[in-house]
Amino acid sequence: MTALLEARAVSRSFGHVRALDRADFDISPGEVVGLIGDNGAGKSTLIKALSGSLELDEGEIYFDGKPVRLSSPRQANDLGIEVVYQDLALAPHLNPVQNVFLGREIPAKGVLGHLGFMDEKEMRRQAAASFRALGATVRSLSSPVGSMSGGQRQGIAIARAIAWADKVVILDEPTAALGVVQTKNVLESVKRVRDKGIAVVFISHSMPHVLEVCDRIQVLRLGRRVATYRGRSTTVETLVGAMTGALDAKDGGA
Amino acid sequence: MSTVANQQDAVADRADELDSAQSLLKRVVGLQAFWILGVLIVICLFFTVIAGDRFLSTGNFSLISQNVAVWAVLGVGMTFVIITSGIDLSVGSVLVFSSVVAAKVMEAMGGSGIGVAAVGIVAAILSGMAWGVVNGALVAIAKVPALIVTLGTLSVALGLAQVLTGGIDIRSVPSELTDFSAYTKILGIPGLPFVALIVIVLGGILLHKTRFGRYTYAIGSNEEAARRTGIKVSRHLVLVYGLAGTLAGLGALLSLAQYGTTTIAGQSLTNLNVIAAVVIGGTSIFGGYGTIFGTVVGLFIPAVLQSGFVIIGVQPFWQGVAVGSVLIAAVYVDQTRRAAAMRSARSRGLFKRKGSK
Repeated sequence: MTALLEARAVSRSFGHVRALDRADFDISPGEVVGLIGDNGAGKSTLIKALSGSLELDEGEIYFDGKPVRLSSPRQANDLGIEVVYQDLALAPHLNPVQNVFLGREIPAKGVLGHLGFMDEKEMRRQAAASFRALGATVRSLSSPVGSMSGGQRQGIAIARAIAWADKVVILDEPTAALGVVQTKNVLESVKRVRDKGIAVVFISHSMPHVLEVCDRIQVLRLGRRVATYRGRSTTVETLVGAMTGALDAKDGGA
Repeated sequence: MSTVANQQDAVADRADELDSAQSLLKRVVGLQAFWILGVLIVICLFFTVIAGDRFLSTGNFSLISQNVAVWAVLGVGMTFVIITSGIDLSVGSVLVFSSVVAAKVMEAMGGSGIGVAAVGIVAAILSGMAWGVVNGALVAIAKVPALIVTLGTLSVALGLAQVLTGGIDIRSVPSELTDFSAYTKILGIPGLPFVALIVIVLGGILLHKTRFGRYTYAIGSNEEAARRTGIKVSRHLVLVYGLAGTLAGLGALLSLAQYGTTTIAGQSLTNLNVIAAVVIGGTSIFGGYGTIFGTVVGLFIPAVLQSGFVIIGVQPFWQGVAVGSVLIAAVYVDQTRRAAAMRSARSRGLFKRKGSK
């Protein structure tokens, strides 16, 4: 089976730092792939490259088996790839609905739509529906996001990504700032997204969360993929070993 | 959004409506503009009590609105710029430059007639737009801080206006224009305030109801987030500064109509007065937040103070003292209030989370 999204031997340097050093990555539809690695292993650089936010020095990205050049986030979005960044990238002064539809507002019907007017009611309805589908608790649809708790903001950011992605959702540390209940909600919604046939890239420092939801786990170290494991048959010790280099396995379980 | 389940929508819609009705009241009360409007009303009451009909008359308010008109046009553009967390110090100079260009063009065409006036309008607006686009390009594409860019164009535009005229005001303004300011009334409103009102209404619609306005807020709130969602941030900033420049061009024409002359030396504080009004009206200097309505209220406070002081025989210089104090107080109150709102929301959220564990 061809991978839905694949990076082959991609490299990128920032000055003297080689953030990605011929790194590989692949994910298939309906699969949750964990992407783990210590700080500075190149996870963030890789997902920026996969989502069109960063140009590569070398290497190629394949989407549906065809090579693609992702030079803007919009291009990635058009392919059905969405990212939820660690810093969430919400506009704190805007409300949840405005954030979900930011950059993709639904135009009002008729002439008004062409003049730039928006269908606020429809956006509100759809946003509310996507929060519900995710099980996200949103205190108010009309308060600014900046006044909400970390868990609520995370929920809004994930709902936004899931609302738009129909191929790949990339979640960067989605459970980092969350309480127990919200974490459970997020992990549940990750599974729900996968069951719809969407590929989910799950980046996390929390090994139990990774093991709980991921079908496969790919480990990055010093800008390279050093190992790939099956989610079910792996232990925290193995993952940590691969991340730190204590255990030099090559494509261990998979 | 095709993947989202539709069941339970009816229930949720009702809940949302409740939510929006409740928060509408909360939002209005939460608006800085709401409180500043209160301050304005108190000021008006104060002068009414002391001066009675001399203050509270159609004639006086017509005069006040005449004095506010030009600044209001500039204030609409400035509100957009400040919401993007930018600043435009050059509006006064751009106004002077545009009025000089318009006056020169109209002078060269013979100096009177409705056609000449129309060409003057176009010239003033194009000149203002050009300056605005220059500002925007330098801010958004060359990435020079807005404060520096517009401080530079403030100097350049005024300097060029002086070069063009030798520093002497041009007085040949078509009588059609000055008559429009002095005699024309539309729906009972004098010409200049009527134009300003149209600009305010259109500006308010653009800011609060359209995608353009939404992006303006988003960029001021979190520029990186806006960029990531695919908003063309640089282009939008050029348009916003272009809008501010264009309105300065329109302001130039209104100013010509009002005074019958270019006001080369008279606009040195215009930028600061307009910025003060925008900020008094609750627009956050850090971006992401503000209303056109607030700006209008913020403009009326200095104008009403000025008029009131003259009428009750206080030296009008006190206006500066009062406006400066109101400015600082308004921002202070707004910041503490908003910080408190954020704290309570956060702790409420935290409390909820603990409760649900």
